[in-house]
Amino acid sequence: MQLSREELVQAFSRMCTIRAFEERLHDEIATGEIAGFTHLYCGQEAVAVGVCDHLDNNDKIVSTHRGHGHCLAKGCDVTDMMKEIWGSSEGLCKGRGGSMHIADADKGMLGANGIVGAGAPIAVGAALSLKLDGKGKVAITFSGDGACNQGTTFEAMNMAVVTKAPCIFVFENNHYSEHTGFEYAVGTNKDIASRAEAFGMKVWRGDGCDFTSVYETMREVLEYVRAGNGPAAVEFDTERFYGHFEGDPQRYRGKGELDRIRETRDCLKIFRAQVTGAKLLDDKELDEIQKAAIASVDDAVEASRAAARPTAADVTNDVYIEY
Amino acid sequence: MAKMMYRDAVLSTLFEEMERDESIVVLGEDVVGGMGTPGGPEAIGGIWSTSTGLFGKFGAGRVIDTPISESAIVGAAGGLALTGKRPVAELMFADFIGVSLDQIWNQIAKFRYMFGGKTRCPAVIRMAYGAGYNAAAQHSQSVHHILTGMPGLKVVMPSTPEDVKGLLRTALRGDDPVIFLEHKALYGIEGEVPEGDYTIPFAHARQVRAGQDVTIVATGMMVGIAEVAADALAEEGIGCDLIDPRTTSPLDEEAILDSVEFTGRLVVVDEAPPRCNLATDICAIVAEKAFASLKAPPQMVTAPHSPIPFARELESAYIPSSDAVEAAVRKVLNYR
Repeated sequence: MQLSREELVQAFSRMCTIRAFEERLHDEIATGEIAGFTHLYCGQEAVAVGVCDHLDNNDKIVSTHRGHGHCLAKGCDVTDMMKEIWGSSEGLCKGRGGSMHIADADKGMLGANGIVGAGAPIAVGAALSLKLDGKGKVAITFSGDGACNQGTTFEAMNMAVVTKAPCIFVFENNHYSEHTGFEYAVGTNKDIASRAEAFGMKVWRGDGCDFTSVYETMREVLEYVRAGNGPAAVEFDTERFYGHFEGDPQRYRGKGELDRIRETRDCLKIFRAQVTGAKLLDDKELDEIQKAAIASVDDAVEASRAAARPTAADVTNDVYIEY
Repeated sequence: MAKMMYRDAVLSTLFEEMERDESIVVLGEDVVGGMGTPGGPEAIGGIWSTSTGLFGKFGAGRVIDTPISESAIVGAAGGLALTGKRPVAELMFADFIGVSLDQIWNQIAKFRYMFGGKTRCPAVIRMAYGAGYNAAAQHSQSVHHILTGMPGLKVVMPSTPEDVKGLLRTALRGDDPVIFLEHKALYGIEGEVPEGDYTIPFAHARQVRAGQDVTIVATGMMVGIAEVAADALAEEGIGCDLIDPRTTSPLDEEAILDSVEFTGRLVVVDEAPPRCNLATDICAIVAEKAFASLKAPPQMVTAPHSPIPFARELESAYIPSSDAVEAAVRKVLNYR
């Protein structure tokens, strides 16, 4: 592993923060305190962090309905995000977006998105914008194995190839599009990457539960795209620890499946084994990082409970800049 | 003042504004035309001749010829707009909102609101709409009534070359998403266009004819049809106050209400089918806010509740006619 100690600490910290954020939401949603639909990112943390650790605020990402991990990895503030999910007027989007519409343009985070497959065209536009600016920046769209079946994703892949847009299509294959299996819904015999390849892109594949695999794969992908070679795609095989949405009874899961993936495919456990095995960080340090992440989420929840609520007068604000 | 065609007003405004503001980017199918063909780039230059020469002047970075992928075109416009550019996306036919509606309605219209007012999305989506070309059910529709109801969008429908120029400048200099509807049957009309850098604000209706007896509200190609009716009626001494709102969102309600309060009678002409369209909307506004002024029930002259037919006779019967407008005016005048 070529990462410095600081980089490893940061990566683990970010993955732990996402895990703590989502686990806490899982508990809080069950009590009914949080309104609306929420889709948790637990299990996929290594992808968001392994991708976004390479980016700065001038690189753009477009996310999905399962977007908390991407937001946190791209640098959105934990407390501002939690306040948003709580529906506070102090939230990152003033309580107007909620879980599925968190965005922070200053951080290069162009929005989670409630419509599956809607993000890819937006990322192509952002990439064309960055290409015009000529500073070697890229736009990345995260899509799941569900979004890979949307026509918008196909259109976006082709348009990116045709226009040589510096756009990266990151496919997170967690094997479930909502409540339907990859085997059924994706009509390719092989994988998503081969589909992207058919559009004329260079593609990579990596293990989305292994931070090192994601990070090293993305190093190559980004080098290729930043050099002006046009778009690229990468498929990460990963796992979704929770249901499609919170409250999903997950009757489609196999016997013992959830226990098995938590045991063998947990990116935090895999990371820990790697860095302790290589004597880069020890268990005590990692425990401290994990504890600090949980504490930051605890603070965020506390702040969200105390945060200001929007009023009826706020409903029609910001529909337009001028009307 | 100089004479100019409606389509040239679009092109010259794009040209001038792109020179003025380098963040403006044009994209769409065949906006360059001829890419990847023996004829080469600009073999066509846009099927409406509204982008001819832009590619040669501004280059491939700012004039992006796209595949036939309307969702990706509008979505890319959204991504460009969120990252500091001013995209002008062209949908060749307004009917193609059907394949790109998510990006129009769920994405660009809502970004600013959903994201807590922290982003700008200055995307202009131009599209050719309207009947009159015998282009049948999927290439002739008016879509303003569908898009007007979508919060976050502004909807513009110029009826003259002068308005094209002034309104397109406003669209390109504003910071909100704008649907710019160009009537395909008007592309060839000529009109006087003022010199200089004028703009026309949105929600600012134009009084096309002044009259004291009946208010007629019409947009796009319906303005000319209503003008013919108004001129015929004027010969009989019937005065029509013909108003073109020019933008349907925002709408200049005040101009309409003021006129109705003066005339007491209202006819609204709409190229859209009769339900939930601009005519029903304006009649509802007048009923709610100027009921006491009305001397007769408002009349709506609209297309029928049917898809747009192909055959010349059928399409002619479909499009609201000057005769129908004239009859509606007589009806409100002869009430009681």
